[in-house]
Amino acid sequence: MGLFGRDISCTRGGRAVFTGVSFDVAAGEALAITGANGAGKSSLLRILAGLLPLVGGRIDYEESAPELTLAEQAHYLGHRDPFKPALSARENLAFWQQYLGSPAMNIEQALMSVGLGAIGHLPAGFLSAGQKRRLSIARLIAVERPIWLLDEPATALDAAGQSAFIAIMQSHLDSGGLIAAATHVPLGIATRELRLGARA
Amino acid sequence: MSALIALIQRDLRISWRLGGGGLLGVLFFLSVVVLMPFALGPDVPLLKRIGPAVLWLGAMLASLLTLDRLFTADQDDGSLDLLLMSPVPLELSCLAKGAAHWLATGLPLIVATPLLGVLLNLEPGTSMSVALTLLAGTPALTFTGMIGAALAVTMRRGGLLLAVLVLPLSIPVLIFGVAASNAAITEQGRFGAPFSILCALTLAGFIIGPLAAAASLRQGLD
Amino acid sequence: MFLARLANPSRFMAFTARVLPWLAIVTALLLALGLYQSWTAPDDYQQGATVKIMFIHVPNAWLSMFVWMVMSASALGTLVWKHPLADVAAKAAAPIGAAFTFLALATGSLWGRPMWGTYWQWDARLTSMLILFLMYLSLIALWRAVEDPTRAARAAAVLTLVGAINIPIIKFSVDWWNTLHQGESVFRMGGPTLDRAFLIPLFTMAMAFTLLFITLHLAAMRNEILRRRIRTLQMMQADGRAL
Repeated sequence: MGLFGRDISCTRGGRAVFTGVSFDVAAGEALAITGANGAGKSSLLRILAGLLPLVGGRIDYEESAPELTLAEQAHYLGHRDPFKPALSARENLAFWQQYLGSPAMNIEQALMSVGLGAIGHLPAGFLSAGQKRRLSIARLIAVERPIWLLDEPATALDAAGQSAFIAIMQSHLDSGGLIAAATHVPLGIATRELRLGARA
Repeated sequence: MSALIALIQRDLRISWRLGGGGLLGVLFFLSVVVLMPFALGPDVPLLKRIGPAVLWLGAMLASLLTLDRLFTADQDDGSLDLLLMSPVPLELSCLAKGAAHWLATGLPLIVATPLLGVLLNLEPGTSMSVALTLLAGTPALTFTGMIGAALAVTMRRGGLLLAVLVLPLSIPVLIFGVAASNAAITEQGRFGAPFSILCALTLAGFIIGPLAAAASLRQGLD
Repeated sequence: MFLARLANPSRFMAFTARVLPWLAIVTALLLALGLYQSWTAPDDYQQGATVKIMFIHVPNAWLSMFVWMVMSASALGTLVWKHPLADVAAKAAAPIGAAFTFLALATGSLWGRPMWGTYWQWDARLTSMLILFLMYLSLIALWRAVEDPTRAARAAAVLTLVGAINIPIIKFSVDWWNTLHQGESVFRMGGPTLDRAFLIPLFTMAMAFTLLFITLHLAAMRNEILRRRIRTLQMMQADGRAL
């Protein structure tokens, strides 16, 4: 059970970034994707999220609901935090919950779980980078999706934010979800490792 | 469905909070209309004759300039990635964004038209008929313009490229819009024929615009 | 200097809180007096009663230019003397000035219809007033485009000073160009040509509208100061600093 990738290759701008990448992640497990800058960690995540075309190889998700694509069952946490500065934190989160569907908890709970409960009414433009990151994490728990694709998730988070995030990730794994995260630093949870760029 | 309404609401709210919605578009519309008599001289019979055309050109340019941000704003902050990962089909999302754009920008232009008609010394009947043709035609401008906006986003060039892509697509709308307005004034031409074609262009735009925009957005991903 | 003492926003708020109710009352009284005088003024032998639109049209036109001069003075205050409340004064004045300009255009248009047979004519005076209206609107758009008020202030100040060139053009346009709009009747060399029966209501209404501007302007400045305080508080709250 789980997410399988076989023989995936990636070309960006005519240059082959990686070829022949394979991995297994079972439900309840986390995969840490490591490698030097430029090895293709972000690209692999974007391929999994359906944001880059899959040219070679295949990806299977065994528990996939038949009518949904992989992207519709995954969360993608990229480098940017997609929140409109003119709307409040609460309005931004409520929008994504309505748009992506599958609400898992109400907005107030999600905001409080990431420590933003007191400032949910403020315009997102006033939030710092760390607070916006926490708001993105709130999106992960406000909308129910089994697969989490995370790209350097802990950047901009302070120590308190990081330990809260570790607890959130663990709780996601405990309820049967799976995580694939590109990261330079240890995630803080038990992971398999996929090292990109290991072959010359 | 509620997802689409949420998207329309979000875009309208942002448009309203950032500088009062379509008022900047109306201000541009006003400026363009005011420029015409300066260029052509205060020749009242001339202005009356070309009035509908001037109004249509102003509305078209105002609509075009506001289309620039339709998708670039979402791409810049990473929202476009998430829009693609929803159970809602991208085509419907484009349709919703187009509807929000028309409500925020097109509708104020239509409301401003009778006032601007006074500046061009048009009869009230003429202004109202121009407003009616704009009501039928501005959705077409939004939805064909959306195609250019999607292409410009994926190519990461905005501004003039968008204008160059969109203007040829908008020419049929302009032709029939002005023809219908003039037909309403002279009462010699028939209003029905160009007006029906204008409505047909809008309806076709509802379908082709979102389909083409979604296809461009998808193929332009990286 | 009085202006220097009022530079402190808190002192300004306290001062205006005391003064504003009285200003409002005096404004209302003057407006009532002016309207009464306009009502009882004689009809013009040519135009009949429609000449009385003048008592609203002309003061509004004067004020639309006056407000731009006030904004220009505030612009200098921002750029040259760095007076803390100068940009607040400028931002608060713009919508009021735009409203006066619009009223001048609208009442003029309504007056023009019976007099000249048309609602609008592209002559020098009307056109330069329309351009003034566009300039007010573009200034308001500039204020709203930049999120940080202090940064917007400098850009708006420059635009205001550049636009001030339009004011003398409007004033003298009826002399320089052969226009449909009537020539100067009040502020001209050799004294006014209007009859005293019309001059008195005109000046009363002009004073009334000027006081109306001052009242509205001070009230708008208070609102703007409050708005900025809220913004600062929100930013502090986001930083997690105590309220």
